Amino acid sequence: MKNLLYTIMGGLLGVVLYKSEAASWFRIYEMFRFDAFHMYGIIGSALGLGIILVQAIKSSRTKSIFGDTIILSTHKMSFSRYMLGGILFGLGWALAGACPGPIYILIGAGHGSMLVVLLGALLGAFAYGAFRKRLPH
Amino acid sequence: MLQETWPWYISGPAIALIMATLILLGKRFGMSSNLDTLCSLGGAGKWVDHFKRDTAPDRWNLLVVLGSVIGGFVAARWLAPNPAVDLAPDTVESLRELGFQSAGKAYLPTELYGLEALGDPVVWALLLLGGFLVGFGARYAGGCTSGHAISGLSNLQLPSLIAVIGFFIGGLIMVHLLFPLIFPL
Repeated sequence: MKNLLYTIMGGLLGVVLYKSEAASWFRIYEMFRFDAFHMYGIIGSALGLGIILVQAIKSSRTKSIFGDTIILSTHKMSFSRYMLGGILFGLGWALAGACPGPIYILIGAGHGSMLVVLLGALLGAFAYGAFRKRLPH
Repeated sequence: MLQETWPWYISGPAIALIMATLILLGKRFGMSSNLDTLCSLGGAGKWVDHFKRDTAPDRWNLLVVLGSVIGGFVAARWLAPNPAVDLAPDTVESLRELGFQSAGKAYLPTELYGLEALGDPVVWALLLLGGFLVGFGARYAGGCTSGHAISGLSNLQLPSLIAVIGFFIGGLIMVHLLFPLIFPL
């Protein structure tokens, strides 16, 4: 049951990101050129409703539907880690035109070349795991 | 209606509802931690201790991945009779100058993502490099667009704001400074 729910959530995400074109390389390029409002509308409205929903969940101390206490993930404060990691991610996001979610969605949509991007992403995650102790955090 | 591009005011709130549902299921909305899980399952722990861990608590995120592959298949197969992206005219013009004749006519640029393009080793290098930066950067920053730009900012986390500013610095450097050096291929 739980497993089916996780899969369905992924499925809905896949359809929404594909149909909104947030998974299109072209839309990412257009966004970084500030030529259209579309991507900013998606991120902005997701964030606007997201803030309301997350704050409501926090203040009402709602339990998960399985009865567990909800613990929202937080990040330890640092500057270099988020800034440097963020810049590297942004360079890749614009070049590949896809962040991790769309990589999987586009593989499902039949874009075989995305498997090369996924291979690169796995190598990147592996390299981070290997060199993390030598990076500023 | 379903067959057209979904407008931002439907898509954005839908993403927020998916995030909230995952939180109510006791999980979180983040699409890059599964890369670590896949590395661990692939045996990366043999070389790097970071990947030597029990993946059972993270298996759920692989089901989200499986779902998103299925969702991409369903959307492309049955909900997108015309996948061409209707871009801003300025975007199309600048892409034509960079050699992307497919701008405005396809979902992804055929010059990079068409299977014929894989005959060019430079395309392989660019796709691998793009993916590498996405994977490395997302794990270094502790999250990607979903984890930081949507989930983290929804929870008003300062680290996520720094990461998102980083995403944009990186993206702007790539598109405005590096693309003119890389393209046309």
